[in-house]
Amino acid sequence: MVVSEAASSPAASKPAALEMRGVTKRFPGVVANDHIDLDVRRGEIHALLGENGAGKTTLMNILYGLVTPDEGEILLGGKPVTIASPADAISQGISMVHQHFMLVPVLTVAENILLGEEPMANPVLMDRKAAHTRIRELGRFFGTEIDPDLRVASLSVGWQQRVEILKALYRNADILVLDEPTAVLTPQETKEIFAVLRRLTAEGTSIIFISHKLYEVLEIADRITVIRRGKVVGSRIPSETDEDDLAELMVGREVELTVDRGESHPADVTLAVAGLTVSDDRGHEVVHGLDFEVRAGEVFGIAGVAGNGQDELVEALAGLRRPAGGTVELSGRTITGASPRRLHNLRVGFVPADRHRYGLVLVFPLTDNSVLTSYYRAPYSRGLVRDADAIGRHAEQVIKDFDVRTPSPLVHASTLSGGNQQKLIVGREFFGDLRLLVLDQPTRGLDVGSIEFIHRQVIAKRDAGTAVLLISAELDEVLELSDRTAVMYRGRLVAVVDGRSATREEVGLLMATGGREGPPPIIAEGAA
Amino acid sequence: MDFILHVPVIGLLLQFIGYLVGVMTTNGSLIITLSTPIALGALCGFMNERSGVVNIGIEGMMLFAAFVGWYVAALVNGGAPTSPGPLGITFPLLVGLLAAIVAGVAVSALHAWLSITVRANQIISGTIINIEALAITGYLNLLISQNPIPSAGNFQSFHVPQGVASVPVLGWLLTTFLGHGPITLTMLVLVIVLQILLFRSRWGLRTRAAGEHPRAAETLGIDVIRLRYRNVLLGGVLAGLAGAWFTLEYIGTFQGGMTNGRGFIALAALIFGRWTPIGAFGAALVFGIADALGQAVSFNPPSGDLGAVLSGVPEQVFSALPYLVTIIVLAGVVGRSIPPAADGQPYEREAKAT
Ligand SMILES: Nc1ncnc2c1ncn2[C@@H]1O[C@H](COP(=O)(O)OP(=O)(O)O)[C@@H](O)[C@H]1O
Ligand SMILES: [Mg+2]
Repeated sequence: MVVSEAASSPAASKPAALEMRGVTKRFPGVVANDHIDLDVRRGEIHALLGENGAGKTTLMNILYGLVTPDEGEILLGGKPVTIASPADAISQGISMVHQHFMLVPVLTVAENILLGEEPMANPVLMDRKAAHTRIRELGRFFGTEIDPDLRVASLSVGWQQRVEILKALYRNADILVLDEPTAVLTPQETKEIFAVLRRLTAEGTSIIFISHKLYEVLEIADRITVIRRGKVVGSRIPSETDEDDLAELMVGREVELTVDRGESHPADVTLAVAGLTVSDDRGHEVVHGLDFEVRAGEVFGIAGVAGNGQDELVEALAGLRRPAGGTVELSGRTITGASPRRLHNLRVGFVPADRHRYGLVLVFPLTDNSVLTSYYRAPYSRGLVRDADAIGRHAEQVIKDFDVRTPSPLVHASTLSGGNQQKLIVGREFFGDLRLLVLDQPTRGLDVGSIEFIHRQVIAKRDAGTAVLLISAELDEVLELSDRTAVMYRGRLVAVVDGRSATREEVGLLMATGGREGPPPIIAEGAA
Repeated sequence: MDFILHVPVIGLLLQFIGYLVGVMTTNGSLIITLSTPIALGALCGFMNERSGVVNIGIEGMMLFAAFVGWYVAALVNGGAPTSPGPLGITFPLLVGLLAAIVAGVAVSALHAWLSITVRANQIISGTIINIEALAITGYLNLLISQNPIPSAGNFQSFHVPQGVASVPVLGWLLTTFLGHGPITLTMLVLVIVLQILLFRSRWGLRTRAAGEHPRAAETLGIDVIRLRYRNVLLGGVLAGLAGAWFTLEYIGTFQGGMTNGRGFIALAALIFGRWTPIGAFGAALVFGIADALGQAVSFNPPSGDLGAVLSGVPEQVFSALPYLVTIIVLAGVVGRSIPPAADGQPYEREAKAT
């Protein structure tokens, strides 16, 4: 199975820092890790590549003592070890940057970094001065110092990720695990972090780098191990492979990495937003007077680092939050602050980013979930009585048209995989003849197959004359689908570029700096 | 209503403020005394909630400790008079105090086990404690009173020497803050010490982390379960002290239900004080002032227009003042005072992340 043991690789001669042998973990209904073997050498960057749900995080959680494996063993420097808790992992020299932030928002940068390994002035009180000196030192490793007394909640997403990495560096790890650290970063921030990783390996640290972005893995890794459905399906070195090869290995079949979106034929203005101002829950204005239009038959994408006002913008457009000012017009009709029901009646579809909170009622069957936006009207309901047959037929239709894999339309939505849950929502919201579609991160956390499918549906809707507004922190997705791409930065649209000719670097720079000169700010928008 | 119209409201308000300031200065010591069980109860809640465990059973913990402390002290005393040391300290009273603390810790252990290990609903656990404490202590007290034993008395306040007490300002400060029994004095020390520890010590940092984001704390090697147990049990010590204040310091005897909602007011003080020891103490003082004001109006009513107006108000309104203040404070503050993010959420170890 191993294609090349790469005698040419500089790391090849070095001893294995970590070996995982036959690691198996079963969760109810799924084997997350199926006899996985992995070896990581000293000073190498070893990439774990796999689709969402392949089992990468589970494997790393086992290494870090957060999940107990059913079978298998772990060897560090050739010696078998038991890692029963994160405390064990830390004492064995393992650090991990988790897929989801493990930061305490109300604590300061310093407190987050020190937690668990506090320098002490005496047996009771911490030594704040020593701590600050050390943190500033570490900050210099990054090329930028950070004020240790800032509250983490006030930091931009990119800086929060840097604090996560500082936490790991502070512990002087021999083995550093990074679980999708770049998912929330701009291309520039990613480059910066890659430079840090290279410096660490030069000092002898071994790094396990997890991603599902092929180009990143090819750029940073010394070796790549690919996992599919809990099994290791292959191993590669970057110089002997390419994106298509890796994608096929990862998905198990040939995949088209980009949908063929064809020409768009924009017609009349469908959505016209003028001077739209929106405040967040604390009453701070986070969207400052947006102006934009989306035409029938085009995809208008809004890219931006998470936390730049996108959530509030989406909520204002979906009728979930009252705008503080400005107007929204749909085909010439004012819909500012219209309720979700009115929007649906005006043929507006909405796919929310959080499918569990807004998209589905998890304890309802698929049938009821398929009519959440229309259950009250004919044919699903007559007077006060709902028509179960009509609802059933509708659900069957959605399930068939949108390829929702389910044993029956009567099972609870919670039993479906993320991809199938999302296809159910898309099926409901894309149903019928739409004027406008608002898509908020429509493929977050999905497998490649589902992403491909949903992307094709978006293009089909566009070609049928629907105006599509796509908001996503996933830059690749915006670039792939949009006919025009805007960049949202600190509550403003700072630029609108042509969706086809724009490059990842160009848009990434706009996301990071808003098009201004100088380094990007540390403090997030709206934070005091 | 119409008599209000005849008296200029502004004048009345000024008179009231003057009276209030008078009560606060002449009764400063009483205010701190009355705020002691509230402050200690709030500190108990603080220990729990900062680490992520909601405790609405403070009332019951205090009541139980008050009973146990009083009864054990009386038993040890056995009716024989002992000569008290400084602050009225006697051997039976010390044993009673210790027993009250043990009682507070024991009830807290039940709460910890239900909330942390069993992962039961923490509100229900607290409610059970409140109901059971009221019933059990009431019943036992009834049994005992059929065959009464003399109480062991109570701790005495520290007397600031006359010479020092008569110095302007300084004398007032010393009598107000030091003219107390040992439990109140302990409370004052604890408020300051816990405030410092919360923000400066390793324990404080880990406690805050466990109450805000226990998973993050665990990924850094912190044993969240153990930390929560320790904090809840230490909170029991504070509830025990609060209970002992009723029967071993304020008055030397037990009455059924004598905590009278102070444990709930303590929760309000905790919220009003934004989950910090100093803040909770400040809030407890507000309730202490309301309490002292209620007492002053009946023992030492104001003169003039204000006296005329207040004499028209039923006495019960003044007894209810601390509770009215609680409602007003909670209505104004709740929602703006942000609890620890993981407050009340049981913690499960195995990762549930997808
Ligand atoms: N705590 C858990 N309980 C049940 N199933 C889980 C749990 N954690 C992960 N899984 C399942 O295990 C599989 C692998 O998940 P994960 O390791 O998170 O994948 P990846 O990180 O590669 O996206 C998924 O099907 C996921 O739903
Ligand atoms: Mg993962």
